[in-house]
Amino acid sequence: MDALKNPIHRAWLVLLMATGITWYLGEVGAAGTGAIVAMLLIAFIKGRLVILDFMELRGAPRLWRFLLEGWMLLVSALILLAYALSLR
Amino acid sequence: MTTAVLAASDQPKRLPGDLAIWFFILAELLAFAVFFAAYAFARASHVAEFNLYQQTLDRNAGALNTVLLISGSWFVARAVQAAHRDDSASIGRNLLLGWLCGAGFLVVKGFEYAAKFGAGISLSTNTFYMFYISLTFFHFMHVLLGMVILTVLWFQARKGVYGTHEANGLESGAAYWHMVDLLWIVLFPLVYVMR
Repeated sequence: MDALKNPIHRAWLVLLMATGITWYLGEVGAAGTGAIVAMLLIAFIKGRLVILDFMELRGAPRLWRFLLEGWMLLVSALILLAYALSLR
Repeated sequence: MTTAVLAASDQPKRLPGDLAIWFFILAELLAFAVFFAAYAFARASHVAEFNLYQQTLDRNAGALNTVLLISGSWFVARAVQAAHRDDSASIGRNLLLGWLCGAGFLVVKGFEYAAKFGAGISLSTNTFYMFYISLTFFHFMHVLLGMVILTVLWFQARKGVYGTHEANGLESGAAYWHMVDLLWIVLFPLVYVMR
């Protein structure tokens, strides 16, 4: 499997599988804390693959890598916080 | 330290594309972060409404569009790799395939909007639809701009502008296109699936 040595091919495959999982969670009507955390985790993994492999920030100056990964973390944290507030 | 070790561990760190495009991407990401947070916090005070109307969204269309943007991003990443090995034919071909994925996204979204607007849904129907329409349309415009950029890159690539001697313009445009993908990766689960 020589093709899988190329990080962008690996990233593409994982992104497709992860999208399938999110779609499936929607189909079975997954809801609540577990579902939200799972979907945020999947989105975080997907976002990181786009940032590190497609945008090629893995080999970029740390500042830029952290800025984009930090954005992904910030957005996930805000969504989680809003969800926690909705339970009150 | 031997030269082999140097080569492996001290590869110079390089930011692909122009520095300016990364500031622009950062500004765009922050604007969308505010928008995503606004959706999530609005939902917190309208949980029943958001859960009810989210059910009317076409999740299959949303997932299909995720696949299209991921693949579009992949093709453009392949175009950049092709430039770094001076394979000009492959640059053009992959840019075109990436553009077609973007076009597919717009067609799917067009059908989705037609169904919603046909049912009389508008920005003023309720808070959920206000967010659904404005968030997805704001993103839609970014896909459109991304396709304009890919078109310019394709014409440049046909003229033989990109290769090992020059890939900055191509990498900058590619970075923007990946950002459009990154935004949808958050938007799709947030608006279509999370409940």
